[in-house]
Amino acid sequence: MATLSSTVSVKVPQTRQGGGGSTPPTFGGGGGNGRGGNGSPDYGERLRRARLGLAVGLTPVIMLFVSFTSAYIVRQGLPTLDVRTNTYVHDWLPVNLPWVLLLINTVILVVSSATMELARRQITRQAALAPVTSIPGVSLGEERKFPWLGITVVLGLGFLTGQWMAWRELAARGFYVATSASSSFVYLLTAMHAIHLAGGILALLYSAVTSLLRKPVEARRIVVDITAWYWHFMALLWIYIFALLEIAR
Amino acid sequence: MASTEIVHAHAAPQGFIRKYVFSLDHKVIGLQYYFLALIAVFVGMGLSLLMRIHLIWPTASLPIFGDIKPETYLMFVTMHGTIMVFFVLTTAPQGGFGNYFLPIQIGAPDMAFPTLNMLSFWTTFVAFVVLIAAFFVGAPLHGWTGYAPLSAVPSSGPGEGLGADLWITSIALFCAASLMGALNFITTTLDMRAKGMSMMRMPLTCWAWFITAILGLLAFGVLAAGGILLLMDRNLGTSFFVPGGLNFTGQTSFPPGGFSPSTDLVKHNGGSPLLWQHLFWFFGHPEVYIAIVPGMGVASQLLSTFSRKPIFGYRAMVYAMLAIGILGFVVWGHHMFMSGMSPYSAFAFSIMTMAIGVPSAIKTFNWIGTIYKGRVRFHTPMLFAIGFVSLFVSGGLSGPFLAQPVLDIPLHDTAYVPGHFHLIMGVAAIFGIFAATYYWFPKMFGHMMNETLGRWHFFITLVGTYSIFMPMHYLGMAGQPRRYSQLTEVAYLHPLIPLNRFMTYAAIVTIAGQFIFLFNLFWSMAKGRKAADNPWEATTLEWTTATPPPHDNFGGRTPVVNHGPYEYSVPGAPRDYVMQNDPATAPVH
Repeated sequence: MATLSSTVSVKVPQTRQGGGGSTPPTFGGGGGNGRGGNGSPDYGERLRRARLGLAVGLTPVIMLFVSFTSAYIVRQGLPTLDVRTNTYVHDWLPVNLPWVLLLINTVILVVSSATMELARRQITRQAALAPVTSIPGVSLGEERKFPWLGITVVLGLGFLTGQWMAWRELAARGFYVATSASSSFVYLLTAMHAIHLAGGILALLYSAVTSLLRKPVEARRIVVDITAWYWHFMALLWIYIFALLEIAR
Repeated sequence: MASTEIVHAHAAPQGFIRKYVFSLDHKVIGLQYYFLALIAVFVGMGLSLLMRIHLIWPTASLPIFGDIKPETYLMFVTMHGTIMVFFVLTTAPQGGFGNYFLPIQIGAPDMAFPTLNMLSFWTTFVAFVVLIAAFFVGAPLHGWTGYAPLSAVPSSGPGEGLGADLWITSIALFCAASLMGALNFITTTLDMRAKGMSMMRMPLTCWAWFITAILGLLAFGVLAAGGILLLMDRNLGTSFFVPGGLNFTGQTSFPPGGFSPSTDLVKHNGGSPLLWQHLFWFFGHPEVYIAIVPGMGVASQLLSTFSRKPIFGYRAMVYAMLAIGILGFVVWGHHMFMSGMSPYSAFAFSIMTMAIGVPSAIKTFNWIGTIYKGRVRFHTPMLFAIGFVSLFVSGGLSGPFLAQPVLDIPLHDTAYVPGHFHLIMGVAAIFGIFAATYYWFPKMFGHMMNETLGRWHFFITLVGTYSIFMPMHYLGMAGQPRRYSQLTEVAYLHPLIPLNRFMTYAAIVTIAGQFIFLFNLFWSMAKGRKAADNPWEATTLEWTTATPPPHDNFGGRTPVVNHGPYEYSVPGAPRDYVMQNDPATAPVH
């Protein structure tokens, strides 16, 4: 538990409501917040539901990459018909990955996962204190708000840039999408992961927008919380992909 | 205000657009899905009529399409299959009725994520529009299974260019929409049940939608993976599914010096068409359960309600559905016995497939046990539920034959296979949709559907569909191939032409019968007898609320569940049934 600050300032009492203050609730537009009566929204329930939804939602992502992995392994072991000689040959060409660059990218992503976790804990703390600060007349000392979310977004964009550089490097080494089945899979797996990570960045930007729209901190906390779990999953997924490409060349 | 008042996730919408178009209300979204499926089913049915007519009058010129070339016929095959499987059999039972009634039956005010629910429907809608757009640029020829390399090389035939790209885009959108829907269904079922609604007190319909959602969640991601690889093969020059040495230049004779690799052959090497089949059928087999399992739930619900008896073996029904769902993921290989797979794999797939007969038999036994010695009320929904069981048995019995490689090899790609899957997956699932429509229509629209028209519709459809699809089994055993557009020119098929003609006549009558349903549906909405809140004297929660249900489903009240879903003919009860939210003191079995 955080301790209350010793400086207590008296504020003008004001009611603080989630949807629309004392005016009758109007339809919110985003589909989350218009609510009637005086009942305070049950953020604990919404957070639990959102986390459950995320866990369920990650299942098809896992299935997608399981499918790619099985295709990868099948294709790797498959002899193919050489039309010139009419014989079966193994045409799997091991890709020469720019692994130093990819290792740096991995470090960036793991660090971003850590900053994401710090952001999640920061907003969890804020959300826990929100009921206290909403009491008229009570104020907490200014908490230093380190911009962990902003750092995470920058690191995420840095990772994507690094992946882009890795593709350029691959192309420079002569591995294009259609060069060989192995290079097709390298581009496929890294691109699918990058698209999913970009989705995480969009979610973080969305939470920044909600902060500008002055949504209650509890609502913003839900967005940050599930994005954080998603982000950690993306980091693990990348480590898995990197290991697969490196080990099963 | 009472402390039990539920806080609805979103206020009632005001304007027309938010109320009926971009609505967040699961009931409106359910109806949107239903009417999308209704449009789709008439398009798909029209295509099947064109195919049947072409089969017996191959030289006749058809409206809109003119003279039917073989590739036009294959376009009909593709579009009929894709529309029916995705936009009817997946959309209506799950997206339509599941959306409308799952939250009400478990006592929730709405789905867990209403915005996602709306997105899911509109993505499905866009997917349908994209698929229909394929008609106007030339629809693909590769069937709903999209076998590579036909589907993977744009130059492989008419319609395989832009048309196939549109087809894949539509499927990918549909995958995304179904995954959003599945996510919503699972979270809602796990997290939003009313007080007292334990999992084992859920109506079997809810179990069916829940299991269907899990199947969709695990299966659609795999289809999406296959679709992405297919798009890369088509547009980025990769070779996941395209082997080397293919010639699509239209040359019909083998040149003396062999094909020239640089000019005559596709610029691919080393891909495996079988890889596509594995990915496709890993999705494709669960997909047929996605179509039929909601129908099983509806049949269970209706047989119990209209027999005035508790469902026979509730737990066995739940476990049987779960077993069917789990086994559905390990049998995809039985679609590929002809692919040259190892006899040992074929044996394993064959055993697993026949094992599905066990839970299926448990379900059938329990359905019959439910109506046995019941005081059966033969209303139209009950007729369709009985019809569902009938079709499930007669369509299902050919399954164990096809499940054995030694029988599948001669029967593969004959009319026997469409006979089998149309009965069990197509018509049985459609009967589930009809049963659900007649059963829940009063709750959805506040009026009863006309019983006389309903009976006419039922008997025409039952006799008609059996007349169409039963003979297909005989045709298949006699060796009539499927997907062929011309049967009249082949001598050994001549004796089968009268039977084909009979099937086409049966199809015309059956399709005409569906207009009785269409008329009944829209006429009853306006002119049907006013429905009471619980016209069927049923026990589940949707019958405890107003007709049609208010925006938050229960008008500000939170239902508390005290009883199981099928308490009928309860000794000592004032009525012959005890509703799920009746006081805990009510007598039960």
